[in-house]
Amino acid sequence: MLGYLVRRLIQAIAVLAAMSLVVYVLLGLMPGDPVDLMASGDPKMTPADMQRLRALHGVDRPILERYASWATAALQGDLGWSRSFRRPVLEIMAPRLANTLLLMGSALAVALGIGLPLGIWAAARRGRLADQAINLACFAGAATPTFWLALLLMMVFAVHLGWLPAGSLPPDGAGPLEVLRHMALPVATLALVEAGIYARHMRAAMIDALAQDYVRTARAKGASELRILLVHALRNAALPVTTVAALGFGGLFSGALVTETMFAWPGMGKLIYDSILTSDFNMALVTLLFATLVTLLANLLADLGYAALDPRIALDGSDGRDG
Amino acid sequence: MIETLAVRAFALAAGLLAAAPAAAKDELTIGFTQYPATLHPIIDSMAAKSYVLGMTRRPFTAYDKDWVLRCMLCVDLPTVENGLARPVDRPDGTKGVAITLAIHPGATWGDGVPVSTQDVAFTIEVGRDDKSGVAAQEFYKRVERVEIHDAKRFTLHMEKLTYQYNDFGDFQLLPAHLERPVFAAGAEGYKQRTLFDAEPTRAGLHFGPYRIEQVVAGSHLVLAPNPTWYGDKPHFRKITIRAIENTAALEANLLSGSIDYIAGELGLTLDQALAFEKRHGARFDIVYKPGLVYEHIDLNLDNPLLKDRRVRQALLMALDREALNRQLFEGKQPVAASFVNPLDRVAATDTPRYGFEPARAQALLDEAGFRPGPDGIRVNAAGQRLSLELGTTAGNRTRESVQQVLQNQWKRVGVEVRIKNDPARVFFGEITRKRAFPAMAMYAWISSPESGPRNQLHSKSIPTEANNFAGQNYPGFANAEIDGLIDRLEVELDFDRRKAIWTRVQAIYATELPVLPLYFRAESFIVPKWLAGIEPTGHLHYSSLRVEHWKPR
Repeated sequence: MLGYLVRRLIQAIAVLAAMSLVVYVLLGLMPGDPVDLMASGDPKMTPADMQRLRALHGVDRPILERYASWATAALQGDLGWSRSFRRPVLEIMAPRLANTLLLMGSALAVALGIGLPLGIWAAARRGRLADQAINLACFAGAATPTFWLALLLMMVFAVHLGWLPAGSLPPDGAGPLEVLRHMALPVATLALVEAGIYARHMRAAMIDALAQDYVRTARAKGASELRILLVHALRNAALPVTTVAALGFGGLFSGALVTETMFAWPGMGKLIYDSILTSDFNMALVTLLFATLVTLLANLLADLGYAALDPRIALDGSDGRDG
Repeated sequence: MIETLAVRAFALAAGLLAAAPAAAKDELTIGFTQYPATLHPIIDSMAAKSYVLGMTRRPFTAYDKDWVLRCMLCVDLPTVENGLARPVDRPDGTKGVAITLAIHPGATWGDGVPVSTQDVAFTIEVGRDDKSGVAAQEFYKRVERVEIHDAKRFTLHMEKLTYQYNDFGDFQLLPAHLERPVFAAGAEGYKQRTLFDAEPTRAGLHFGPYRIEQVVAGSHLVLAPNPTWYGDKPHFRKITIRAIENTAALEANLLSGSIDYIAGELGLTLDQALAFEKRHGARFDIVYKPGLVYEHIDLNLDNPLLKDRRVRQALLMALDREALNRQLFEGKQPVAASFVNPLDRVAATDTPRYGFEPARAQALLDEAGFRPGPDGIRVNAAGQRLSLELGTTAGNRTRESVQQVLQNQWKRVGVEVRIKNDPARVFFGEITRKRAFPAMAMYAWISSPESGPRNQLHSKSIPTEANNFAGQNYPGFANAEIDGLIDRLEVELDFDRRKAIWTRVQAIYATELPVLPLYFRAESFIVPKWLAGIEPTGHLHYSSLRVEHWKPR
């Protein structure tokens, strides 16, 4: 197990190193540079100003030379400053990450809370009216464009009914109820879409599990339907859902661009997007690498989860127990 | 039963979640579409930053809503006539100017330290330093010497006397007592250490009607009245400025009462505002203010088809710009005769104007040797089709609509237009900057009142590989008379003589047509009925510079 973990961590470091180079070079290949962007908003900048700023920001140096400087500093623990925000990258990233975790974590919890029971219920009622209704709702949820759903919820609950704020972070010092009110619409937007996806996966996995021999055996032994569903089938059906949830876990840290933009919720998705658009190299690199790292770790956790859920799966190269 | 319970639970939740009491009218929440990445007054230029800082500080001078230059931080506007601006002969034979300014006696930083000439000297030191990160350095570089008379009075010795000698709109003071130690630690890292971004809520950074009380990066800023403010007492005890980038969400926030007002400087586009007015016009005052954003089409004069002036004139005559303004913009965006806005005091009234004259356009094209071919598109004797590519920023709905109208109108006179758009970053970063558009590029210029056209029209401003693509004369317009006029214009102090030069510049521009003028963009201010005192300006000195006059009706 330890050997496996070490191997995976070494792989992760290699992937991160390769990603950093690729992302840096791709950012450098984008048309225009930060100074062009500055000049587009400042009619008083002269050509001399532009040349001076290019030298000052180092964007007149070859891309690989700039990457080497960045990588050297990063290896020494200096992740650099955000050119856009003029603050250390981590200082800007930390609150965004907290906002994203709050939003995405709540949405994931709600989505799993709705999606998994619905999927189990639909599988148990396969082919009946409830199953068809759940299927329809899940397809509708998964197929709904996020921006449209966000606007719809905003118009209904914020504009027409006036029950909830139309978005943005709660004011400083807001109580828990006020925080919940501000989170309600963005969380609902994300959760309604995600719940459909989880329900579909859960349903398919449960139907597959319910057709297995051990379920038939359990039924023959007189186990109740509830026990068969929740004890015998669910554990096996949880494997494929774990993969989907692990990818969702990665998303917890990389944010949701559309939802964050629609609800003016300053999170990681918007930060990554803006930093790429504004050629904020340090910020773009660190946020993208962080998202990559979390995805790699989430996949590692998923693999560990498989092993925990299914003893037949071995992680260290040896044969698993054949139960 | 389950349904009944669900309905009751929903109703209970709704009761709990019912909207908080409407904000009292001593608080104002403003929505706009951009979050200011920095709050440092002289590093980088950004509309959102200028809007916020308009409430927390004042430049020495600013143009008002009638585009008249006024003192804001100074006591008297220096002019040659009142003797506060004194032309000086320099040893090299050129003319400089010595300008004496007095800081308002009541001006005091939020921590109680008076705004003084120490701040003036420090700000110029920062502005002149090549490593401080100041974007537009020209003003500071022109200051040869600062002569301090006392704590409030000083004289700036400028190396060049230009007609804009008393426009100090970009001269924004930095508090020396707070920022000097930060700057002293090294100019190179100053932009990263400045308190304006490290500790933006420090009271001593501001001296305007408001100070910044809270900053939630990427989300909102909260402003509170500044007790040391020397002007009229502002009404609102709290102003929250929220950044909501998506304009549909911005509208929803306004309608739901989450924000009170959408700033025109960074708010809805005109088409969105017009649609909003139709749906909700009864609840809001919607003010449209045409301004200095000049939409136009650059013609690449290296293109052989566009070298002939008659072709360029025909292209403009074939356009019904008034109809375009009526149909797309409901008449809110005035048609441009040149790059000078009619509200500008140097706008010429006798500039050659081009109405919708398709017959004359066709005659001019005939004269230029382009006759209709078998498919209706004109061809010259050499067999060249009059087929031109028109590019703009992809995804800009308004510009894409305008493109369709123009393409159709040009087709009627036998000009084929092929549309090729690129994302803004590619369009500005590569295509216009490197003059890589084969024929026509549609976009906007932004300027300030009586802003000289050197960067756009002087032949030395044509971007080339040799000058590292510096300058914004993207059409490649080289006209010796214009070059001379621009050189003379910049140093002509007498307004009447200067206006005559401006008139000639506009006449050449409208005759030679290196650029096809389209219209001046209008800003849309969505103001609640209860709010009074907002005065849209249409230029870069935003309405927020007079925030102390905003109050409920």
